[in-house]
Amino acid sequence: MIKNSILILGIVGLFLFAMIGLTILPKVFIEPNVEKANVYVWGRAAEGHKVYVSNGCIYCHSQQVRPKGFGADFERGWGRASVATDYKGLTPHQLGTMRTGPDLSNIGVRQPGRDWHLLHLYNPRTVIKESIMPPYPYLFEIVDADKTLKEGLKLPPEYQIPGKKVIPTDEANALVDYLLSLNQKDPIKPQQN
Amino acid sequence: MMMNLSASRPTNFSKIPKNKLDLSMNTSNLAQVNAAAVGNGADSLEQDARLDQKSSFIVVAFILSGSAWLLLGSILGTVASFKMHMPDWLGEQAWLTFGRIRPLHLNWMAYGWASQVGVGVSLWILSRVLKTTIPVRPWLFVGLLVWNLCLLIGGIEILMGHSRGLEWLELPIYTIVPIVFVIVLAGEAAISMLYTRKQPHLYISAWYIIAALVSFPLLGIVSSLPIFEGTVQAGMNWWYAHNALGLWFTPMGLAIAYFLIPKVTGRPIYSYPLSVLGFWSLLLFYNWNGFHHLIGGPVPTWFVTISIAASVMMIIPVVTVAVNHHMTIIGSFEAVKYSPTLRFVVFAAMSYTFVSLQGSFQAIRAFNETIHFTHYVIAHAHAGVYSFFTMMLFGAVYYIMPRITNWEWHSPKLIKLHFWLSASGMIIYLVGLQIGGIIQGLEMNNPDIPFMTVVNNTKKWLLSRSFAAILLTAGHFVFAYNVFRLMHLRKVRPAPPVTWLDIQRQRAQQPKPEPVPFSKKVANAFSGLNQSLKRWANDVKVDEH
Repeated sequence: MIKNSILILGIVGLFLFAMIGLTILPKVFIEPNVEKANVYVWGRAAEGHKVYVSNGCIYCHSQQVRPKGFGADFERGWGRASVATDYKGLTPHQLGTMRTGPDLSNIGVRQPGRDWHLLHLYNPRTVIKESIMPPYPYLFEIVDADKTLKEGLKLPPEYQIPGKKVIPTDEANALVDYLLSLNQKDPIKPQQN
Repeated sequence: MMMNLSASRPTNFSKIPKNKLDLSMNTSNLAQVNAAAVGNGADSLEQDARLDQKSSFIVVAFILSGSAWLLLGSILGTVASFKMHMPDWLGEQAWLTFGRIRPLHLNWMAYGWASQVGVGVSLWILSRVLKTTIPVRPWLFVGLLVWNLCLLIGGIEILMGHSRGLEWLELPIYTIVPIVFVIVLAGEAAISMLYTRKQPHLYISAWYIIAALVSFPLLGIVSSLPIFEGTVQAGMNWWYAHNALGLWFTPMGLAIAYFLIPKVTGRPIYSYPLSVLGFWSLLLFYNWNGFHHLIGGPVPTWFVTISIAASVMMIIPVVTVAVNHHMTIIGSFEAVKYSPTLRFVVFAAMSYTFVSLQGSFQAIRAFNETIHFTHYVIAHAHAGVYSFFTMMLFGAVYYIMPRITNWEWHSPKLIKLHFWLSASGMIIYLVGLQIGGIIQGLEMNNPDIPFMTVVNNTKKWLLSRSFAAILLTAGHFVFAYNVFRLMHLRKVRPAPPVTWLDIQRQRAQQPKPEPVPFSKKVANAFSGLNQSLKRWANDVKVDEH
């Protein structure tokens, strides 16, 4: 029966070998070098991060920029190469591996307008005709125009609902705060090693 | 020494019409067997029949439960696919948004269909190759109920927006941890079978299954620890997600292939030492692959380089497995026409070779620069989980069900229909999205092309994927209908088992027919087509009764 034990120990041993290599070593080598966060995600932006996670934005948008010369991320204005400090303390991480839509690491700089973001979230086709992004009307309230003093979205004529106003909820505002907080303005040099 | 995997011997199959042969490849060892004709294999057959009777309830439970998740997962996948080119469709409700439907599709397919049927099939194969009964069966059944409850609650949580937010780990912690513990129980059952086995020789399928059932619980527990954040969490995430394929689905799939190919063809594995090499090199290299998802990402380059090296080294286990599977099948290729099981298994084994070599190639920086972040990777993932693993599971289910229930599949034609729907659906899926993905990658890396143009150029490929999704979903419903007919409209008992080797031997004894001239062949083909259409029409009528 020694063969059984060799089999099981071999499986567990090889597993632990790689587990230490790919989860514990990064913790040892990456985390001590991460001194302070570049992007502070706090307050309403932190709430926005939750909205971002809960609606699964990650399945179409990445938040990791590849270095100059590797892909065209830099040339497209998506920002400098991402570094570990960009994500300090962030959980769940939203690095993503899909770009059905563009990378969002630098979206706060590329699209600084709050109104643009709100319109785009309500229905992306209001600002980009050919977009295939899903609409998020459930992040907005549709109320009678005479029952609220709040300003509604300035929708293009074909999207307007007569006698109604489209008012963003707290969730929509928080999400926009989060998106605006995403920027790669800090010219942090990539880490050594 | 080789295990006698080809224990089944026919009585007299020359009397079995060709149409019947299709099913008799797939029949049960529980069937009455002419002991005299079987000779030395008789003990083994009776023993197998006893083992099958014991494992019947729990294995059927796992297969039925997994199949239900398959149907739900297919519908979700199809909806998600349509949403890619019809973004406003079902867009009003939060719980129907793409970002919730898509992860739920993945979780129900991976942890519902693939894992549940994988565990059921694995336990059955272990029981067969170790010649011992599955222990703790009532507890495994309770575990299955808990598993389903967790998938259901976890699914509702994802739809409500309470996902954990990590790819492949969307199910909330309190639902994924119980699932991991059910698999711990299955692993415990597997290890106790290993130590109480009646068969001294440890066949390679058992190695792979033990590896899967030991690795996944460790993987599940480590990934649930709340010690990861930021970049390190991203590393852990991809280490987990890649190992869920590499150390959970892949070993189970290979175990099924190593068991079924010799079983159906009646030939031993081409090279047994090679399979041992393949096993240990798989464990050594696959474990390290995860970071190739972060090429160009914010992690020190040397971590990524280790993963790229390990990904390329995966060529060793893949080629050894490929040599073993394909060289075993090569003389018996014709058997795929007769055995539904073998048809699925051969498709799956070929896909394994293809998808794994593709994976090694994809990890190389120069190619990864193009295909990273594109639909190409989605297609690659489906080639692994569907073309390889799911097709393997279909093959296994078609083989196992008649043996453990002692009821035969009703319609070889519907099995064939299922195969062609799944196979053609998958080929359309892969060709479309991989071409589309490469175009998308090349255009994305050219800063002169506006991003919106890149998106527009992917639309037609996304449309082809939706077409594939319909074919696949239709195939799954045919599969479910086959299982339903077998379970509920019990009418046919399985015929005595036959292997392909036996059929070939019998053929060798028969006088060879005169060669047919080409013109005659063409004429025959047309009249044959005509007849089969008529027969098909009749068959449909018969089915309605």
